[in-house]
Amino acid sequence: MSAFGSAVGIGQLLEHPFLAHALIAGSAIALLAGLAGYFLVLRGQVFTGDVLGHVSFTGAAAALAFGLDVRLGLFVATIGLGVVMGLLGERGRADDVIIGNVLAWVLGLGVFFLAIYVSSRSAVNGTVGVSVLFGSIFGLSSAQAWTAAGIAVALALLLLAIARPLLFATLDPTVAAARGVRVRLLGVLFLALVGAAAAEATQAVGALLLLGLLAAPAGTAQRLTLRPYLGLFASAAIAVLDMWAGLALSFLVPSLPPSFAIIAVAAGAYALAFVATSLPRRAIAAAMMLL
Amino acid sequence: MVGGIGQIFAYQFMINAFAAGSIVAVTAGLIGWFMVLRRQSFTGHALAVVGFPGAAGATLLGIGAAWGYFGFCLAAALVIALLPRTTGQTRAEESAVTGTVQAFALASGFLFVSLYRGNLTSINALLFGSFLGISVAEVRTLLIICAVSLGVLAVIGRPLLFASVDREVASAAGVPVRAVGVIFLLLLGAAVAGAVQITGALLVFALLVAPAATAQAITTRPGLSLLLSSLIALAITWSALALAYVWPYPIGFFLTTLAFGVYLVARAISALRDRAGNAVRGRLGTSGAVGS
Repeated sequence: MSAFGSAVGIGQLLEHPFLAHALIAGSAIALLAGLAGYFLVLRGQVFTGDVLGHVSFTGAAAALAFGLDVRLGLFVATIGLGVVMGLLGERGRADDVIIGNVLAWVLGLGVFFLAIYVSSRSAVNGTVGVSVLFGSIFGLSSAQAWTAAGIAVALALLLLAIARPLLFATLDPTVAAARGVRVRLLGVLFLALVGAAAAEATQAVGALLLLGLLAAPAGTAQRLTLRPYLGLFASAAIAVLDMWAGLALSFLVPSLPPSFAIIAVAAGAYALAFVATSLPRRAIAAAMMLL
Repeated sequence: MVGGIGQIFAYQFMINAFAAGSIVAVTAGLIGWFMVLRRQSFTGHALAVVGFPGAAGATLLGIGAAWGYFGFCLAAALVIALLPRTTGQTRAEESAVTGTVQAFALASGFLFVSLYRGNLTSINALLFGSFLGISVAEVRTLLIICAVSLGVLAVIGRPLLFASVDREVASAAGVPVRAVGVIFLLLLGAAVAGAVQITGALLVFALLVAPAATAQAITTRPGLSLLLSSLIALAITWSALALAYVWPYPIGFFLTTLAFGVYLVARAISALRDRAGNAVRGRLGTSGAVGS
């Protein structure tokens, strides 16, 4: 019976609380990232996700340096930046030179805060910077996992609540505005939500890799379908599957860090979708040639 | 603190750091100038990110990190150069692909570092720069690669400038625009691979973008602007090395802060000058606005 249970995987899951915590938090975070990422790709704001990743690193490092809860630093920095970028709107799309310079400096500040933190504690905490950058999903406690999952589900529901007008405002902003949709307000709210999603994702895959969790499932979904609602749910489903497969892979091959496994699976699925959606067309064309 | 500064060249590792930093700064200042002119800043960033798994992988295999940087950055530059040009319609998908590739490159770098099991703090040096432990042999390698790169740049400099400023006219005048672009990307790969060894993979903009953007904001004369760019890069690097020697904070922080500060000052000056210029043009009745 127990052998059967472990073959199924349920038994192993219960034997390893860290895996259960990772699955609880990871599933909810992936769901949120899949939903937010889909809109991000559709609105052409993937780069914002990149910026949020950088800022979440600095926010977390600042919180560590000042002795605050890391999550506080994460959420304040990312939601704050999301709102600012949303308010700037079109003006926020400054040229790449300005963005690049600001980004480099923000990261430089993060390194500075991290150095303050490491030098103020003992060298024991030297790897904490690494876990902010690349995540530590197998290190979540039960309380952390449930909190992260709860916040992620709440944010996902909030995003679904505004999904309809947001989709309208994304696909045709002028008509949406004429119909009384508050396009600008929605844009700001959306980026605030993406900011919160970035803070959540940092806890799973880290500040540097959250871009992959936002972009890859959404890109995969857009490869598979052009219908917006189907794409939205496909993106969320693909993100959750990527997360499960990544966690399983990392659990079975312990030398693969979980965040690497998750991003590798997500990127692999995207690559597969690319091949799958471009091959048949060529095959069809070849078949037509033969006919 | 003054005593500390005075002793700075008493250590071989600091001499090596200054030598490597100077070589890298001049190269990044000059090649970065063309990169900013050609609006390829994010290509430069992508090359630097790809350099991270290269360096980590090379360390894992026991070859020097420098070889990983040069191998991966040049290979990535070649791939980017050979990719077909995409149109605006596929922009959203292109950004999703770029984001995924970037995350995957960083994730692979992380994998290599964790497989290496040496010490996880070396990941900070790869990402955020370091000036410790540069050997004389490495300085020599950097010097050779950067000298070759700058030699090539000197040869293609004039057509490259022409092609960067006005692609169509240059093409009509017989400049091999595409070939020049490919060669430039390879030079950029080499410059990025050199610069990341000081700045780290994530902070490469400090040497590649900020000095060039600052120089271009100060003067529009190409020769003077190029000279200025490399001098600013040199000044930032020297100051950051001195500061990092005195204070126990990472060099990446000093590099980016100095670069950002210099850039902000130049932007402020050029904004003031633009306003004055616009006022003059407004009086003359011509529009000086340049849309983008």
